[in-house]
Amino acid sequence: MTRITYRDAVRSALREALASDSRVFLMGEDVGRYGGAYAVSRGLLEEFGPERIRDTPLSESAFLGAGIGAALGGMRPIVEVMTVNFSLLALDQVVNNAATLRHMSGGQLSVPLVVRMATGAGRQLAAQHSHSLEGWYAHIPGIRVLTPATVADAYGMLLAALREPDPVFIFEHALLYPVEGDFDPASGVADIAHAAVRRAGTEATVIAYGGSVGKALQAADQLAAAGVEVEVLDLRTLRPLDDETILTSVRKTRRAVIVDEAWRTGSLAAEVSARITEGAFYDLDAPVARVCSAEVPIPYAKHLEDAALPQPAGIVTTVRELLGTTRG
Amino acid sequence: MPQLGADMAAGRLVAWYKQPGDAVKKGDIIAEVDTDKGAIDVEVFTSGVVEKILVQPGEKVPVGTPLAIILEAGEGPTPSPPTPAAPPAPAGERQRVSPVARKVAAELGVELASVRGTGPGGAVTRADVERAAARQPTPATPTAPPPAPPAPPGEADRRARMRQAIAAAVTRSKRDIPHFYLSTTIDLHRATTWLGEQNATRPVADRLLAGALFLKAVALALRDVPELNARWEGPKVVRSDAIHVGVATFLREGGLVAPALHDTDRLSLDDLMRKLRDLVNRARQGELRSSELSDPTITVTSLGEQGVETVYGVIYPPQVAIVGFGKIVERPWSLGGQVVSRPLVTATLSADHRVTDGHRGGLFLAAVDARLQEPSRL
Repeated sequence: MTRITYRDAVRSALREALASDSRVFLMGEDVGRYGGAYAVSRGLLEEFGPERIRDTPLSESAFLGAGIGAALGGMRPIVEVMTVNFSLLALDQVVNNAATLRHMSGGQLSVPLVVRMATGAGRQLAAQHSHSLEGWYAHIPGIRVLTPATVADAYGMLLAALREPDPVFIFEHALLYPVEGDFDPASGVADIAHAAVRRAGTEATVIAYGGSVGKALQAADQLAAAGVEVEVLDLRTLRPLDDETILTSVRKTRRAVIVDEAWRTGSLAAEVSARITEGAFYDLDAPVARVCSAEVPIPYAKHLEDAALPQPAGIVTTVRELLGTTRG
Repeated sequence: MPQLGADMAAGRLVAWYKQPGDAVKKGDIIAEVDTDKGAIDVEVFTSGVVEKILVQPGEKVPVGTPLAIILEAGEGPTPSPPTPAAPPAPAGERQRVSPVARKVAAELGVELASVRGTGPGGAVTRADVERAAARQPTPATPTAPPPAPPAPPGEADRRARMRQAIAAAVTRSKRDIPHFYLSTTIDLHRATTWLGEQNATRPVADRLLAGALFLKAVALALRDVPELNARWEGPKVVRSDAIHVGVATFLREGGLVAPALHDTDRLSLDDLMRKLRDLVNRARQGELRSSELSDPTITVTSLGEQGVETVYGVIYPPQVAIVGFGKIVERPWSLGGQVVSRPLVTATLSADHRVTDGHRGGLFLAAVDARLQEPSRL
């Protein structure tokens, strides 16, 4: 077991995939000579050459479409989109091609494509680089959506994604790249079907994913110091959602707070909330609560950006509201 | 759904023995119901024709739920079953109750209106209901055991539920009923001598047991002190004209039931003995009838076979008294200045002090003693 950064974990997975499978190649904006906008692919061009580490023009629709074509042709492309904000230019390729071809061909075609991109705010990159739109992708049947929140998942989920016969989208929260965590080089492929309990508790379940998991754990620490033990659930996979793990936890704690860095309206948090109400209504002691981003374009100014995003203090306050006067 | 014991809040309908269109008469067994104390045959209390079945086999419904509609002779079909009235909403703002709290309150028999909420916006939470259930001084409805699993319970489950049902009843009894206890030693010389003479001429199967004499003596003594033959329907006591002595019967797999020996005071000793054997057998085979569980007006418990000399019972609500008999022992007994050896039994009375008092209890035990001194008149 060693300590490495999230960025290094993704790079390790890329290197392992490139070394072990000649069908795998990486393409995207600045992934080669520049080493990636978040320095994930630094050194890979030198190691694997320009055939397999391919810089693309600034045209998301074109290179994501190229990835779909390569996947159809038997390759295992990994497409890096700089951020989810830019991925909207390629949304047509995703919704109308990548997600549909297996169904429209009656199962004759398979698109084993892996798309990675950064998401989230917190680095003062302003509205056009700071939104969290992974929930939009989770709306689309035909693709799988992963949100690794830990170093182990950053590594293992990418390897698992490459084994899937259908498109897999991996959303890496930009704030996580420099975060260090435990890493077992022999850990291999991660489970991409289940949510994970990151901290066990009894009074409420805080459901989070990606960049919000760490904030939920901080809130849990603060609550524990006041004697309130909350359970922290990391969704890990946004599509398909692991209802069973979510409902099992909520049935135990009887209260749920969903933390989602996206906007509240029409969010993934809304979907999770609806499923809890559908599946565990008679086990609830309080309405399901959500902690989401303010419904504004994410601001540039530091204090405004902080105020717009879910923070541990807001999670603590929300949990306390759900507990009522039972606990001070 | 009949209430087959103070601790019963709900029952599961197992099977219907009659179908719509069938004629039934009072006392017929119409259905089988599964309770925490076993499967019980439900009798019908009116004669007529089954018009409609309202609860299907497998359904679990609260006590008091209509199971079927029976048309009495000459009655026209009813348009629709009366639906139970919704509980009146509390005045002013509607009480906030969390979904799980509402569910648990129904299971534990907790009256939500009396529970103070500590949840968001003052909502009643599960913890609030559980605290109220633990503290509830006088529950409006008996505290029910935890919810039964949906699948038919296995034997271990059955035993656990029986234990829970007994726990609920005795806890309620000891919490709500101010018991007082009296005891007296009764000389059974005449009774056992008479019994010996009777049994000498009887085939083994027809022999009378001392226990039958005790039951009959208690039943007749209740005619002298009728206030012990009653049910507490708080805040008042309702005396019963009929005397149905409940016979505490241990079950081989553990637990107990106390089914009624109907009209005990009017049974000849032979009838009483025959019915007692039948009742105990059926209790142990799980074939009791609903009225036998719902009708006792007093309970008699005998632990003589286990070698116990004195037993102070816990009153089974809503009854107001329980009579105990220990084993019959040969002991020195002073009689007219002479110490003689006599068969003795200790009779005890546990009674509800809200309903009666020591004076009346003493008269009752004296009446039991007097009846046992005249065995041929039992």
